[in-house]
Amino acid sequence: MPMPAAELEADLHAAFPDAEIAVEDLAGDGDHYRARIVSTAFKGLPRVRQHQLVYAALKGKMGGALHALALETSAPA
Amino acid sequence: MTDTAADVSAVNGFISKTITEHPVALFMKGTPDQPGCGFSAVVVQILDHLGVEFVGVNVLQSDELRQGVKGFSDWPTIPQLYVKGEFVGGCDIVREMFQSGELKTLLAEQGLLAA
Repeated sequence: MPMPAAELEADLHAAFPDAEIAVEDLAGDGDHYRARIVSTAFKGLPRVRQHQLVYAALKGKMGGALHALALETSAPA
Repeated sequence: MTDTAADVSAVNGFISKTITEHPVALFMKGTPDQPGCGFSAVVVQILDHLGVEFVGVNVLQSDELRQGVKGFSDWPTIPQLYVKGEFVGGCDIVREMFQSGELKTLLAEQGLLAA
């Protein structure tokens, strides 16, 4: 069940208002994305916690509507 | 207690036991010899490359386990790597940690790599 990139990006922006976000549709099928997110929300958190924040922002779509989302998260340098 | 609650607690018990008894445990789709998904295959390759012994648990053998492992770790996708009972991450994190050398350091610190 694909999900438009714009919807994904909107969910991420809503959850991380300060973030720099780049979403890439890896396979062109609306189902395999890569997202790079740079946000102060990630500061000092281990990667597992950073990614859990992102999954929480997607409210259960991950593993459901979204098959694959490669994540690169970091705090601003 | 409903059947569903009993199932959840049985699955959680199985997962805790697995990650306690095996220093490196990978919940994956398929088996280490025959991964059933590209993301699981990547993690198997990395662990093989580092020469660490691990147990692969095929979550496709039961839907309860497949859902249970996601609830247990609060992580929506498979594969999931545990080292000494701690959740390390999924494919992206394991790959990043491998590339930066962090994974090797972690395994070495835990005494899981041959010197």
